[in-house]
Amino acid sequence: MCRNSTRAGRLLVLSPSRMASALGVLLGVVLFSNSVSQAIAADVEATVVYVTRDEDPHIPLSLLDLPAEKDGFLGVQLARNDNQTTGDFLGHSYELVELSVAVDENIVSAVSAIVGKEPAIILADLLADDVVALATAFSSSLIFNTRAQDDRLRNSDCNANVLHVAPSRTMLSDGLVQFLVWKRWEDLVLVVGRHDADRLFGEALKNSVQRYGLNLIEEKSWTSVPGARRTDSGHHNLQQEIPTFTRFKEHDLVLVADETDEFGEYFSYRTSEPRPIAGTQGLIPSTWHRSQEQWGATQIQRRFLKLAGRYMTPRDYSGWAAMRSIGEAVTQTGSSAPEDIRRFLLSDKFTLAGFKGVPLTYRGWNGQLRQPILIVGPRMLVSVSPQDGFLHPVSLLDTLGFDEPQSSCRQFR
Amino acid sequence: MKKHFVYLLGLVLACSSTSSVAYSIYVSNEKDNTISVIDGESLEVIDTIDVGQRPRGIVMSHDGKLLYMCTSDDNHVQVLDVETRKVLHTLPSGPDPELMALSPDGKYLYVANEDDNLVTVVDVEERLKVVEIPVGIEPEGIGLSPDGKWLVNTSETTNMAHFINTETLEIEANVLVDTRPRVAQFTQDGSEVWVSSEIGGTVAVIDADTKDIKTRITFEVRGLPPETIQPVGIKLSTDGSNKAYIALGPSARVAVVDMSTFEVEDYLLVGPRVWNLEFSPDQKRLFTTNGVSGDVSVIDLEKRRVIKSVKVGRLPWGVVVRP
Repeated sequence: MCRNSTRAGRLLVLSPSRMASALGVLLGVVLFSNSVSQAIAADVEATVVYVTRDEDPHIPLSLLDLPAEKDGFLGVQLARNDNQTTGDFLGHSYELVELSVAVDENIVSAVSAIVGKEPAIILADLLADDVVALATAFSSSLIFNTRAQDDRLRNSDCNANVLHVAPSRTMLSDGLVQFLVWKRWEDLVLVVGRHDADRLFGEALKNSVQRYGLNLIEEKSWTSVPGARRTDSGHHNLQQEIPTFTRFKEHDLVLVADETDEFGEYFSYRTSEPRPIAGTQGLIPSTWHRSQEQWGATQIQRRFLKLAGRYMTPRDYSGWAAMRSIGEAVTQTGSSAPEDIRRFLLSDKFTLAGFKGVPLTYRGWNGQLRQPILIVGPRMLVSVSPQDGFLHPVSLLDTLGFDEPQSSCRQFR
Repeated sequence: MKKHFVYLLGLVLACSSTSSVAYSIYVSNEKDNTISVIDGESLEVIDTIDVGQRPRGIVMSHDGKLLYMCTSDDNHVQVLDVETRKVLHTLPSGPDPELMALSPDGKYLYVANEDDNLVTVVDVEERLKVVEIPVGIEPEGIGLSPDGKWLVNTSETTNMAHFINTETLEIEANVLVDTRPRVAQFTQDGSEVWVSSEIGGTVAVIDADTKDIKTRITFEVRGLPPETIQPVGIKLSTDGSNKAYIALGPSARVAVVDMSTFEVEDYLLVGPRVWNLEFSPDQKRLFTTNGVSGDVSVIDLEKRRVIKSVKVGRLPWGVVVRP
């Protein structure tokens, strides 16, 4: 609790009576006073190291999707600004160090050069292998995984110093399949792309289909290597190719697992039967989407657009939620020590308002952030999972992803 | 004869207006861009008025003649003539106004601008923005002390209640409360401020002098997941019954709290996403806006029972009563 702290607007016009006399001036000019709270014993400085790795720019299949500049980082930056607004009232400051390692650079030595051997707070906007490398090398640091969705990081490869803000693939697939159960779209076919990530999401979808008692009628692999996305008369090819590929047995919906956006977008309206597409394209499960404006999300969407000049992506949202988690912990504990932050975030005192209608918290057994999963079409929010009717003794959000009894993570105990 | 008739008619009208509780209830429908007017006696909707976009917080002028409405998506406050039910003019409120309070002298509106981290002070007679006070992220609730000297503003992402001195318009204290604070209400004697935290699931009772949190009220409804209990609207009785009423959002409940012991005495079932509350002038009834079910529940506070649900527009949000 903070008393007597001031970040008051110093006004040219000070009292309501004098305000009236100055009405001709229209608007009082507001200056900031930099005085901070007397009640807060010591100022707190929190330094957060953001780490990502350079990669080839991802070119979306649809010409309408623009590649997101600084994907992930700008969400972190927005949350730093949010945290700092609170910090200004309390005498807390947040410093953000940005590090991008080269494609084949050793990530451990690059991070060591910045943090040394001291316990640090690291935001890992990285793929799974890099997250594991950092977790092992910086075991006294607190690491937030804001990108890697691999289920193994929450199970066999889990690490007690890593909190996962990004959803696991199984959280996403469970969210989608719960919606299919609610719709009674029970007979499904699956098309899996040629990359490892596609295979992993395909596995997650199959597990969810089995978990919720739906039927996987057929599974196929899409192995074509994509060509140029801009080709004259390209649609002629696809109009022939996709119906032939999608001659499945009787089914309600086509699931696609195409994380790198190579083919799934081609399926809508081109399949042999008139069936909806869902998975990585069509109807998608996601932690964030521009069409989500419920639960006060209008504000963060506008705030982000103003800062970034583009829409907020799921990767930005994970970065935002990680940095805001840190802000909540520093605000409530008055400490920026990684172990204090970790303890607070895993305690029942922590709740994050993430614009999704329910408090977001971390699972105590594997460090995964619990959160609702948005079910979105290309232009509109369709639903939000967990769906009504799926029950859980602890939290309805634990119907999404690996629950405590199924988790093979033992590091947190 | 004609003279007598007029006299009699006058008598009849006079009698009917004194014998009945002639008040009306005004409800803002966020999705429909309308205000529903409910007759306090028949509990029927007697009019639906088209207003600006996304009407949320609404406040009645002290003389009951004007209704101020935060028309959030139009970025201004609209002023409705309650008699003619026509929008008279707009006030410059700053962007995305959400909730507001009227000063005791009726001259100033204090408006929370959710998008711009500001509380805007608006002179309602001159129709001018007087000053903007920077506050935390996503300002929401606005509570004014009964003497008008203190303004408490909540900021949803900063998780604070800011105590603003209305003389100097400076923030003099910031009280950290639980996650996503929404509504702030002073008690009648000005000694306490009650602040609801939607995501934190609590109501903090703050000592208005020391700025210490005296207690945090928590809620538990058997059979409901804790995350569905999200306190938003607060009404504190002033009729001596010493009861507080808290709207609990998606749980579709209104909690009845003893204002001395802070014990929760009862949970009354209303409609889902219950957000804001208002008393009848005699405080024998409570009206609740239920967003998801699109209706207003009328609660008999002596029997603690919902006596009627009145269908209004889509996503009813704010509610005020005109005596």
